[in-house]
Amino acid sequence: MSTDVTQAAPPTRRRRRRYSQLSRRDKGWLICMVGVPTAIHIVFVWLPAIGTIILSFTKWDGIKLGTWNNIGFRNYWAIFTVFDAKFFPAVFNNLILLVFLGACSLVGVLLAYLLDKGVRGSRIYQSIYYFPVVLSLAVVGFIWKSVMFSQSQGLLNLGRDKPIDFVGNSEKLFSFHLPGLDTPLGLTKNFAALLIAMAWRHIGYVMVLYLAGLKSVDPSLREASSIDGCNEWQTFRRVVFPVMKPINVVVLVITVIEALRAFDIIVALKEPVGTTVLGVLVKKNLTGEGGGQVGLGSAYGVILLLLCLGFIIWYLINNYRETEQ
Amino acid sequence: MSGTTEPSPSPRDVGFAINRRQMLISGAGAASLAALLAACGSDSKTASTTASTTAPSTAPSTGDTTATSSAGSTVDTAAASSVAPSGDVVTFGSNYSDDKPKQAMQAGIDATGLNVKVNTTDHNSFQDNITNYLAQPDDVLTWFAGYRMRFFADKGLIGDISDVWSKFSDYGDSFKTASTGNDGKQYFVPYYYYPWAVHYRKSVFAEKGYTVPTNKQELLDLAAKMKADGLIPFAYANDGKWPVQGTFDILNMRINGYQYHVDLLAGKESWTDAKTKAVFETWAALLPFHQENPNGRTWQEAATSLEKKEAGMYYLGTFVATNSTDQAYLDDLDFFNFPALDDAIGADALDAPIDGFLMAAKPKNEEGAKALLAGLGTADSINAFLAIEGASVAANGKADTSGYTKIQAKSAELVSKAKNIAQFLDRDTSPDFVSNVIGDAFANFVADPTQVDSILSSIEEQKSQYLS
Repeated sequence: MSTDVTQAAPPTRRRRRRYSQLSRRDKGWLICMVGVPTAIHIVFVWLPAIGTIILSFTKWDGIKLGTWNNIGFRNYWAIFTVFDAKFFPAVFNNLILLVFLGACSLVGVLLAYLLDKGVRGSRIYQSIYYFPVVLSLAVVGFIWKSVMFSQSQGLLNLGRDKPIDFVGNSEKLFSFHLPGLDTPLGLTKNFAALLIAMAWRHIGYVMVLYLAGLKSVDPSLREASSIDGCNEWQTFRRVVFPVMKPINVVVLVITVIEALRAFDIIVALKEPVGTTVLGVLVKKNLTGEGGGQVGLGSAYGVILLLLCLGFIIWYLINNYRETEQ
Repeated sequence: MSGTTEPSPSPRDVGFAINRRQMLISGAGAASLAALLAACGSDSKTASTTASTTAPSTAPSTGDTTATSSAGSTVDTAAASSVAPSGDVVTFGSNYSDDKPKQAMQAGIDATGLNVKVNTTDHNSFQDNITNYLAQPDDVLTWFAGYRMRFFADKGLIGDISDVWSKFSDYGDSFKTASTGNDGKQYFVPYYYYPWAVHYRKSVFAEKGYTVPTNKQELLDLAAKMKADGLIPFAYANDGKWPVQGTFDILNMRINGYQYHVDLLAGKESWTDAKTKAVFETWAALLPFHQENPNGRTWQEAATSLEKKEAGMYYLGTFVATNSTDQAYLDDLDFFNFPALDDAIGADALDAPIDGFLMAAKPKNEEGAKALLAGLGTADSINAFLAIEGASVAANGKADTSGYTKIQAKSAELVSKAKNIAQFLDRDTSPDFVSNVIGDAFANFVADPTQVDSILSSIEEQKSQYLS
């Protein structure tokens, strides 16, 4: 019976019939619906991106259109030589963020799984964990700066004779030298403090996403696996986790995006020394009163774009490969 | 602000501590404005178009226009003053976007009696977008003195107003210097300012028997004595990375003089020069007398330690007590000029950021623009401004000083004695350079002064990318 159906299917999907389904009007609509978003996408995403790439090869103070000079790869050269003490620590900070937020995501997944088990008072826990997510990262920065970290009134400094300088101290917790690079790379104390503030928000975010996903997992799958004798870990690893694939992908993408775009919280803290990330470098050179270094800022932007593209391409390749299988 | 390394505060943003008397007065002013608005009542719409039948130079109608304009939208504020004044309309690009400064600016413009159309932009965006804005500016615009003004003058983006200046007689020479571009022509009309000085509590000095230091040795002795008495000699903060730039400014001007300071910031002198290093050596010697960990402290927090008598002195702009409402403290607060460190150099230069006005390079109505600038340069205009926003000191030497607070009066005296006025580091050099290089470098220095050599050579290396 079922084989009959599959054999019968191909003739109905003949090309002629598919075309006949679309009237001229339908086609018009389709062109509109595809064309308008495409046009918007090109105008607001690709043209600026291409513009940025072109500007990254110029020196321009941003004042008058047309006054830019082509200077080839000089901006990139400057980034890797003159500004190496800014650029590499910034990239390293982004990397730390990636690893750290990855770890936070795992914690979020764990919390979600525990809450899904029906711990008593899980609603309260949920609200507490989720609360920071309603705040923008910039606001999170303000809150932690004045309420937690402040040397004179911060909660973390209450009752200390010698207050800890959480925001300003750029000593490195650990550092190492890369061959050929003067500046040691490492994790500064104030960036570590900032990571805690980011974790406060990120864990809750991932938890809620994952919890929503877990609720939609068919309970019969778990029953089946427990009947088959799986323990808790095996159930999660072999059954729940694979079923959750769409959510996993979302969590992964969010984590990577948050790590690369981290910027608001650092600017909210007024960019203390030692907490620079790539986004801050882009903004500092492009905007502001001087504006002055459009070429350099664009070059930082292009580097950030390439990092993003690297991830996106890897993700797409993986995704397509699996769908093909 | 320009976001980056935060710019030092504009006079208008911080101003002076407002004492209760002034608050009452301005409160009363606001109340009378409200009364005026209420008087306009239901026909306030007609009022905004017909109020102009009265001459705006008379006091009541000034109040009236202010009232209507503050009720109006951000853009077309000056509609009310559109008939009686003489001449074609002059456009005025304003970044006085907060309510009170906006009213004050309107009053200052109305005092000129000219036909002005004010376009107000949020002051942060105005500053951030200034380069784009200058491509299509209004006839007259708000800006500040210093490198940024001279930079635009060099680029031909703002107009020469030397002929306006030739008719000014109320301004001291230091203001003329501050308004002059690199080509020796004037481009700027100064309006008001605030100075940087060493603040202290008179009661603390009286109680402990301290005296105001007048030279380097006395300063060091005083600091050592305070430390022995369990006080922090200097409160210190560097959140936003601009406050410690003030320390560098004053030390450089005291050790190497004003001209070297300006040349260094313009990129003509080297950061690795022995003279520059001498500044950092003195700074490093003074750092133990400063509050620890400045990088993670806001200036407000540092000011609080002065108020709480934990710190003996605080070198900052006279906005130091803006956040305090304790009248006893405000009365107790005083300041002195940073003492001379080298007798040959003296102590006649200081930081006193000035806000004022520029003219567009090619104004649509040049005659009107110059008339407006001349009008804004009169004592009447700044008097009208300070009557509403009584928080800064008038640049005009003939302005009415009878309403000044003690601190305002003393600031005026201090600055009038100064031979040279610097505008603060981030106004005296390329803002890109400050936000990308100097801010981090100084923060690193106050965190670890032993790194001075590598810090200075890194500044010098990066300088070429910004100043050329």
